[in-house]
Amino acid sequence: MNFTFHGKRISGLLALVPANEGSFLEEMANFNFPRSRSLKLAEVMGYDKHRLVQPGVCVSDLAVFALEHLFAGGLLIPDEIDALVLVTQTPDHLMPPTSSIIQGRLNLKHDMLCMDINQGCAGFIIGLIQACLLLEQESIRKVVLVNADVMSLKTSPKDRNSYPLIGDAASVTIVEREAKDSVIHANLKMDGTRNEALMIPAGGMRLPSTPATAVFDDVGDANFRAKDHLRMDGSAVFNFVQVEVPPMIDSLLSAAGESMDAIDWFIFHQPNRFMLQKLADKMKVPHAKMPSNVVEHFGNSSGVTIPVAVAFNLGARMAAEQFRVCLAGFGVGLTWGSMLLRLGELSFCDLIEYPNTTGIA
Amino acid sequence: MKSLAEVLKEIRPEADFAASRDFMADGMLDSFDMVALVATLDETFGISISGVDIVPGHFRNFEAIAALLSRYGVAP
Repeated sequence: MNFTFHGKRISGLLALVPANEGSFLEEMANFNFPRSRSLKLAEVMGYDKHRLVQPGVCVSDLAVFALEHLFAGGLLIPDEIDALVLVTQTPDHLMPPTSSIIQGRLNLKHDMLCMDINQGCAGFIIGLIQACLLLEQESIRKVVLVNADVMSLKTSPKDRNSYPLIGDAASVTIVEREAKDSVIHANLKMDGTRNEALMIPAGGMRLPSTPATAVFDDVGDANFRAKDHLRMDGSAVFNFVQVEVPPMIDSLLSAAGESMDAIDWFIFHQPNRFMLQKLADKMKVPHAKMPSNVVEHFGNSSGVTIPVAVAFNLGARMAAEQFRVCLAGFGVGLTWGSMLLRLGELSFCDLIEYPNTTGIA
Repeated sequence: MKSLAEVLKEIRPEADFAASRDFMADGMLDSFDMVALVATLDETFGISISGVDIVPGHFRNFEAIAALLSRYGVAP
């Protein structure tokens, strides 16, 4: 499905990672696995450091901290927020919506729209599409897109498939109208028949969490996890990405009438270094144009890896320069989406840390 | 240049690949070993195995891997 938006832009971007850092080398002892094979894996996949929230820190804590940072710096005026869109797979509660919790904690105005979107690695793209759709309304002039996940809390520390790469993070992206007739192209695809490739089996209504769902099972390959934990079919997800993403980007560029060479940066979701480099090779994109360094520094925080990649790799340049950027996300659902836009001359593009404290009681 | 047998030995020194017809079923390679093997084959033979070729069927035994490599112009 193609989308085209006129007269909208990203005007600011803030990424937030916990100050608390885990190290793959130190965590290797958790995995019942030879050290030499773990080290080889670290080298190929880019496992090294990852940022993890401390117990008690929830998505609303990260979001409130990031938004208060912007308010305090005069970078965002609370009353100008007409819509708060939160993309997360790890809400504070099943109900109410975490966006409402954030609105309440910040005492934002009542005359606004708050909504949660349950999405993962393509969530940043879906959030941007939703923000642009909302801006078609006369009454909505500025949308705050918060993308945040604390997936480490739902990942087994004894699952070598997932834990070494998982990271927690949040981002705030300001999307607003602009007078110029800039064009944003987007492309989105979904395949719910493959919904079990990435799943947390227990904790919803189908299989409520119980003491039994918290028991660690031997799931093979020396991995142990509970039904309350994230389950990822790594091979299926890898193959899905390699098969589906390159044609999606071709289709996006074709719809926009652009060539691959005209793109300055391909900022994709960051599952791991190996997967991104294989994607770049297949698309014939130079590795230098497709950063793949987020997992090794911060971990994979689902859709938030895209704004983290922008802030980490281009933060200083985003204030003064403009780039033709292709964004892409792919994951749970299964969902794969991409966006082509001009990104730059931002009023802020920073990466900050959430201090080592617990969340609110 | 290293042979395919030497590359496999590097990935799993303790495994007896010569005795197996199905590396996955016999527990010699898991999905992460497959990734490590691809990275090593890429580096050793100066190729880039396409992501769509990284499926278990292409790494099941010596013959399957050799057939894959031959498609990239490598005779292991």
